[in-house]
Amino acid sequence: MSEAPTTARAQILNGIRRSLRRGEITGEQREAVEERLARPPLGPTVARAQLAQPEKVALFCQWAEANNATVARVAASDVAAEVVSYLARNNLPARAAMAPSPQLADYDWDGQKMLSLRRGRGEAADQVSITGAFAGIAETGTLVMASGPEHPVTLNLLPDTHIVVVRESDIVSGYEDVWTRLRQRYGKDRMPRTINTLTGPSRTGDIEQAMELGAHGPRRMHIVVVPT
Amino acid sequence: MESTARDFNSNVDHALADPNLQDSLSKLKVGFSERRRQAAERLPEFEALRDRARDIKNHALANLDFYLEEFERKVLALGGHVHWAPTAADARRIIGELCQSMGARTVAKSKSMVAEEIALNEHLEAIGIAPIETDLGEYIIQLRHEPPSHIIAPAVHLTKDQVADTFLEHHAKLGFTRRLTERNDLVAEARHVLRQKFLDADVGLTGANFLVAETGSSMLITNEGNADLSNTLPRMHIVLASIEKVIPTLEDAAVLLRVLARSATGQESSAYTTLNTGPKRPGDLDGPEHYHVVILDNGRSAVLGTEMQEILRCIRCGACMNHCPVYGAIGGHAYGWVYPGPLGAVLTPQLIGVEEAGNLPNASTFCGRCESVCPVRIPLPKLMRHWREREFERHLTPVAVRQGLALWSFVARRPRLYRGLTALANRVLALFGRADGRYRALPLAGGWTRYRDLPAPPAGGTFHAQWKKKGPT
Repeated sequence: MSEAPTTARAQILNGIRRSLRRGEITGEQREAVEERLARPPLGPTVARAQLAQPEKVALFCQWAEANNATVARVAASDVAAEVVSYLARNNLPARAAMAPSPQLADYDWDGQKMLSLRRGRGEAADQVSITGAFAGIAETGTLVMASGPEHPVTLNLLPDTHIVVVRESDIVSGYEDVWTRLRQRYGKDRMPRTINTLTGPSRTGDIEQAMELGAHGPRRMHIVVVPT
Repeated sequence: MESTARDFNSNVDHALADPNLQDSLSKLKVGFSERRRQAAERLPEFEALRDRARDIKNHALANLDFYLEEFERKVLALGGHVHWAPTAADARRIIGELCQSMGARTVAKSKSMVAEEIALNEHLEAIGIAPIETDLGEYIIQLRHEPPSHIIAPAVHLTKDQVADTFLEHHAKLGFTRRLTERNDLVAEARHVLRQKFLDADVGLTGANFLVAETGSSMLITNEGNADLSNTLPRMHIVLASIEKVIPTLEDAAVLLRVLARSATGQESSAYTTLNTGPKRPGDLDGPEHYHVVILDNGRSAVLGTEMQEILRCIRCGACMNHCPVYGAIGGHAYGWVYPGPLGAVLTPQLIGVEEAGNLPNASTFCGRCESVCPVRIPLPKLMRHWREREFERHLTPVAVRQGLALWSFVARRPRLYRGLTALANRVLALFGRADGRYRALPLAGGWTRYRDLPAPPAGGTFHAQWKKKGPT
């Protein structure tokens, strides 16, 4: 595949230009599209998520539960205890793969002697994972995960149960706020390799259009919301 | 995929006589359609978002070459590769060679209608590579050797019992010897079987809902998470996307996401929306080492600048077919190719030729529901009418229809003759049908009376005569 791609590329791009009855975009028209890329215009604002922070957090929790996730709101000092309690309430083993993230290191995991943690990527045998979140979206109760050494993607996908710790200050109104935060954190032209947005546990409507949980990703999602 | 669009009329006869299909289709009205209505009502901004979605796609199409080049530049900058495929054969060859470069034996595939369009699975099998469909619906129909019947719910034509039989037949050798009766058990069994296949796959192949030019990201939306496992676990991720999938920015994606899930399944949001940008980064603990995007044209660039251009706005939600009375009666297979329903009636003649698929745009009642629910406001009935005109111009319409229309237009352009003949016909018909007010059989109208009675004309003469008598109000 050395020579062919250039020709194929020109064939497609020239075909588009021929159909649009113009050559390559130049001059003012080019400036206009470049400007649109540099400063993306916003779409219509979704009013229901334009709230003060406490109401925004409440809306996030409400939608997350509507999406079949469970939600607990606890103090930072109680995060580890809540995780252990959740696992016990659901008859799950007190063993989990945890994201090697500094964000999670602040919680009192050592205080939970029963809990066995392995920090790293998700493996096929893992039943439970614990991760943080880059953001939460109030409009739909959606979690946003940014991949990186501190947050392997496999933890979002492989285990049956996914426990997510999200800080109240990371809960925003809509996608647009997430994009702004991503650009601030990673730079305008440098997205993390993978952004996973998760809206409740995995599901499928492929048999008779009835939604069933636990298709390929986690069957259960538990969200622990922590004040900052 | 091999087309049977030419056999549309006999396909329809089969579909109408299939009790399992009719049972499955009866759930469409209460399923996706009703849920879409509720989701749209819950969001006051929904109509404004549809307008905006239409404008975004129009803008992207008007500057398509610019945004594709911008997308490519960003992918290359982050260590990915972009391949340009003018035709289906080019795309098949490129993907085949990429898989061979990895020594791949299996490819984990996430549902892609573009892959169906280019008959990718057949090609991979021919070169000794096993494609594994991982979307539950696609997996079911792959086991049954059937094509998809819906673009977002490929197995929507099947009942739970049919799925249970299929699983028993294919999973017994894996130790699953009990015939299942509950949906959640069927889902759990498929999850178990497919999980190992994900872990073993050498290459993951996905489509893309959108390509974001600003960031060089491919955007994938699923409920199951299968696309995410496909692009995370194998060492190579190949994205196959057609040219019109490119959009300018993440802000534009936010608008399109809001209308897509609601229009498709009536969900506020699908469970997984994923942006992939290039291969694994230094320090990453997982993710593919190789990232390739194959950009397919396959006839689309020629649609730009024509009266059919608006079909390229389509974001493949499936709402047009969910709300179509014709699709609801015959299902997706009758349309004979990858894209069924009103979308297929417009797109299929474009992609495989009006000679092959000229019947599809005729399979419409022009009720307009498809246009009324389309999230990007594609005037589907208007576009179907364009095809009918082209079919007629190119003399592809059957002789009997052409002669009938010629006769009718001769009469209709002569008002006195028209009134005379219709009055005569009215009297003759009334004579035979007045007794019980309808006809069970009528010469030249067998196609109608085979399935239902034709009402007899009312007393008082033709519409013209009644109108004249009534006078202006």
